[in-house]
Order: sequence, then structure tokens, then C-alpha cells
Amino acid sequence: MSRDNILHRVRTAIGRSAGQEPEAPPPPLLKIPEVSMDRRIELFSAALEKLSGQAHIAGSQEEAHRVVASLIEGKSAVASNAPYLRECSVTSLPGVFTGYTDGAELREACAQSDVGLTSADYILADTGSLVMLASPEEARLVSLLPPVHIAVVPRERILTGLDELFTLLPNPAERTSSMVLITGSSRTADIEQILIKGVHGPRMVHAVIV
Amino acid sequence: MNPIPVEQLRKTLANKGLVEAIYSSTGRLMTKRQNSIPPEIQDDFQEWREQAHQIKKHTLENLDYYLEQLEENVAVRGGKVIYARDGGEVAEFIVSLAKEKGCRRVVKSKSMTTEEIDLNESLEDAGLETVETDLGEYIIQLAHERPSHIVAPALHKTRYQVGDLFTEKLGVEREEVPEKQTLIARRVLREKFLAADIGITGANYVIADSGAIAIVENEGNARLCSSAPKIQVGIAGIEKLIPRAQDLATFLKLLGRSGTGQPLTVYTSFLSGPRREGEVDGPEEFYLVLLDNGRTRLLEDSAKRQSLYCIRCGACLNTCPVFRKVGGHNYPWIYSGPIGAVITPQYKGISEDPWLPFASSLCGACKDVCPVKIDLPQILLDLRAEAVKAKIRAGEAKLERLAFRLWAWVMRNPRLYEAMSLFSSAITTDEGGSSQNSVPLVFNTGPLKEWLSQRDLPAPPPKTFRQLWKGRSGAEGDSGGQA
Repeated sequence: MSRDNILHRVRTAIGRSAGQEPEAPPPPLLKIPEVSMDRRIELFSAALEKLSGQAHIAGSQEEAHRVVASLIEGKSAVASNAPYLRECSVTSLPGVFTGYTDGAELREACAQSDVGLTSADYILADTGSLVMLASPEEARLVSLLPPVHIAVVPRERILTGLDELFTLLPNPAERTSSMVLITGSSRTADIEQILIKGVHGPRMVHAVIV
Repeated sequence: MNPIPVEQLRKTLANKGLVEAIYSSTGRLMTKRQNSIPPEIQDDFQEWREQAHQIKKHTLENLDYYLEQLEENVAVRGGKVIYARDGGEVAEFIVSLAKEKGCRRVVKSKSMTTEEIDLNESLEDAGLETVETDLGEYIIQLAHERPSHIVAPALHKTRYQVGDLFTEKLGVEREEVPEKQTLIARRVLREKFLAADIGITGANYVIADSGAIAIVENEGNARLCSSAPKIQVGIAGIEKLIPRAQDLATFLKLLGRSGTGQPLTVYTSFLSGPRREGEVDGPEEFYLVLLDNGRTRLLEDSAKRQSLYCIRCGACLNTCPVFRKVGGHNYPWIYSGPIGAVITPQYKGISEDPWLPFASSLCGACKDVCPVKIDLPQILLDLRAEAVKAKIRAGEAKLERLAFRLWAWVMRNPRLYEAMSLFSSAITTDEGGSSQNSVPLVFNTGPLKEWLSQRDLPAPPPKTFRQLWKGRSGAEGDSGGQA
């Protein structure tokens, strides 16, 4: 069997025997800086805008509702089942379809819609990233297939960066089958290094921070 | 044994457009890298590099332990680990899986590991439609070429060539604008994604404590490959393991900056097992294929083992004066640049392309930028020694050995050395200067002619050091004899 063959070859090469405990690995290198909430939001907005995304700061859920309404006006949108979207009542906006529990229907809706509406489990200030954990409430394709992605996020979910994220979630597999960090809009530079947005994923990402 | 591809190299160098494209795009990537490491994070960056080096070292020194831990954790999340000794076993697994599940269509995201084993050809031969979905990889798949750069596979193609290619292969109207070309690819590939039964991805990291893989990308095609089809197969070399998800914090910060100058790539996916209870989308089955294909051989030598630390960022290619002149296609395998020169001889055997470790100026630029601090120049030197030993074993290089023995003999014998230096100044045709013209014609023939055709031999000065020394400190008398 290839498994035993490979494990045997590995052990022979490095001079270990089966079941031997290793020495402890170097401790993880995680440093969380002190950054105020206002500064985090500032950093996040600047980072996202550098990646041709856009951050919108909403003072209340009502304001978030208005921001989303103007962003999707006249367009079709599919919304994830995130409770926070319902709380901000963006799911009841005209043109928004939501509540999918069937994979084929969701996929069809995502492939047809102009906009995908989600929340995000965390956002990262230093890189302008959205952190999406897949769950019954957040399907994967909503933030991927439509050409525009809008995420509505309460501001307490903003973290300083990767180090804080992995401190809070030392093992993301315990929470989800899929964690995706979205940092700006889908892009490529594969032809003559010319930057083009919206290859397979959205060409525009909006984050509405409430 | 393959000779130096002299003809192919000449052809590349004669293609001014290509030479310029390689040089300027690698230069741009280096500038982006530098800009993403501003002075204020320079200290942190060096700390991340050292940490990454130590983590890789530790993992490989205990690789069997982490492989078994990974297997267990993948199983806990409902996935399955498959070991493959070579490309044949990888293809065999996927083909039989496809047969068992009634699958015909495969979409693939970019993976150097699958390039290494020519997976697409094997799957196509078995009747599986296999489509590359990264734009650059898609272009070279249509053109039946191989990637010329680890990170930017279609670096060698112009927009005009892409326009012709799309018209020829896809039957679309000719477009020369990259934006429109990208839209064409998006449209064609979107259909492929939604129709595919199996999504194959590579893995930048395989995380033992989580039973997960991490993939970084900018386009979103790896996300689609791992979200849309009902079966996901990740393929990774066994050296891609890291112990903990928390180590990703370090590696992700290094990889994006080193590869493309991004603090983080657009998408970073952390995937562990199939979709869970209640999830509306995501794969129903999750397999992780771990490939040996010669890696256990690299593991044996504790000094050269660090070749396996590589995270495939491409920074050493972009900074290498040799790669920047000749590009990736003149290297004998899919891995090019300094890291290619280091790992190709170790995978394929030093006698296959013995010239490869010599195709370097040993300037050390690669070592300076390597995010995991691989000592590339040192490994190149070790491989040079191996190449020479192999030549001697094969009974070759007799003349070279003789020449160096003579040289050693002269160097050990001060009077002889003095006589030789006087002789060489005496017969030199040129007064000072430094050009091969100064080499007496008698040396510029036979085996030395080719050697000298690439090198300037400085003419010896009119007076040797010893003569000068004697003249300067005549009172101290003879100082040469006892040295």
C-alpha cells in the first residue's frame, strides 16, 4: 500500500520510528496590536478602497438598510440566510431573493443575480478583508457568483488582522468546513501583467459597517 | 544526460520581444514585492521569515507524525486522505473515483504539483474532460504549452497571441484587449464550473491540526472549484504540511508579499472536509491526495532537505539575473529559476541535467528574497560538487582533472608559481587592460577556446606582486621562498 510505503520512506529518511513523539514546534507567532475602534474602521476603509472595493459606514441598522437599498436599486440580488441581514431588514428590499435551502435553486439564483448580499463573521482592519465562515446561514456561492458583493457587518466584528483572527479561531475547522478571506475584488494580471477585475468572482466588493 | 539547450537559448535571446517581456514583468513583480514590505514592517518581516523557516524545518524533521495527525483530522471532518507514490497513482485514483461516481467533467485550479505529474494529459486520456480555470493556465492549456513561471504561467504570451489563440480554439471573434479576453474566458469557464462533477485544486498549505488545506488565489477559480462541483479533490506534495492553523498567520503574510506584493491575496480559502449538516452548497465529498513523487528522496539529505521548505512564491525567479534573461522555458523542468535549478537535479538525478546547477552566478539574490530562507546558493554549490563527482565516476573530465592537478601542483610550489607568473607576463601581448585579446593565441585554441569565448581574462600586470614586493622592501630580502 502506498500509504505505508511512503510513511516508511519518510521515517527512514528522517531517522524516526513510528509513534515517536516530536519535540514541541516553535510557538505560533501571533501579535495583536492595540488599535482603537475608530482607527480600525479607518484602516479597514483605506485598505479596502486601495483594492477598488468600497467601505460604507452606517450609524444605525436603518442607515445600513438605506445604503444597501441605494446600492442595489434596480438590480436583482440574492441574500444569504444570515440573521444580521434580516435584522437590518435588507432581505425585504425589492429585488432581493433569499431563504434558499436547496443547492440547485441557490446556484441558479446566484448565477442570475446582479448582487450577492451577505454578512461576514469578521472583518480585518489591516488588510481590508472579509472573513466568511460557511454555514447554513452563509452559503459559499452568494459571495462568489454575482458580479457585485455587498457585506453588511456590525462593527464589533472588526479585528486588527490575521493574528487576532487566528487567536480567536485557533482551529477554524472546529467552526466550519470552509473559511474564506476575501480581500478586494476578483482580479488577474495573467495577460501581459495588466490588472483586470472580476475574473471569476465579483468585480466590486462593498462593505457596510454598522 | 541532456546537454545545455544551446539552440533553444539562442532562439529565446534572439526574440527581443520575449526577452523584454520577461525582464520587465519580473522587474515589476520585484518592485511590487519591495513596496509591500515598507521599512516599518521590515523587522516583522524578517521575524516571519525566521519563524517560517523554523516551522518548515520542524515539520519536515517530524513529517511522519504530522502526516498521521493530518489523516486523523481529515477523517474527523468526513474527508479522506490518499497517498500516491507518483503521478500514475494520482491519475489512477481520480479516474477510478470518477468511474465509481459516474463523473465525466473536471475543473481544475492552478497547481504546480499537478503540472509536475502531467495530470491533465492522464485524465484526458482516460476520457475525462479536464479544464484549467486559472486564466493563465487556461491560456497555456489551450496552447498546449507549459507554464513559464510558477506564479504567472502565461508570462511569455502577448495579448495578440492570446487573441489568435481564443479565435482559433474557441471560435470567438478576435479580441486584443485583455479585459475583453478575460470576459470571454469568464463566460466559457463559468459554464464549465457549473457543469463539472469534480473540482481539483492544489494546496498551498496542508494543516495537520485541522485536517484542512489552505489555497491562495486572486481570480476566484479555486473557490469555484471547491464550491460548485459535488466532489472536491485536493492534491498536494507531502512537504506542504504545517502543524497548526495558527502558523498560517505567518505564512500568509509572507506568501502574498513575496509572490505578487499583496499583503494578502484576494482569496484565501481554508477548507476542511465536505459541507456540513444544513449547508446549502459546498462539495459532498472531500479527498486529499498526498504525493511523494521523489520528495522522500529529497528528505534524506539533511542539508539539502531545505529545498522542500519552498512555498512556490516565485520571488527567487523574479530576482534571478539568469531567469530574468532566459525565462522559464529554457529550464529542463516545470520548476524554473533558482529553486528549479535546486530541486530538478534532486528529483531527476544529477546526471540528467548536470549543467543546471552551474547556470547561476551565485550572486545570492535568491537567498535574500526567499521568504522561508532557503540557502539556495549553498545547495547549488553542493549540487555542483555532486555533478563533478558524478562526472569523475563516469570516467569523464579527465582533461579538466589533469589541468586542476597541474594547477594545484604549481600553487603548492612557490618557485614554480613565480616562474609561471613571470612567464605569463612575458608572453602577454597586451599591456595591461583586461580583455581576452591579451590571451596569447596559443591558449586560445582547443578546449580553452570555448571557455574563453564567454570570459575576459585580465592580462597580468607588467610586474608581478612578488617583483613589486622585492622592489619595495629590498632590505628584507627574499620573502617568497618560505611562504
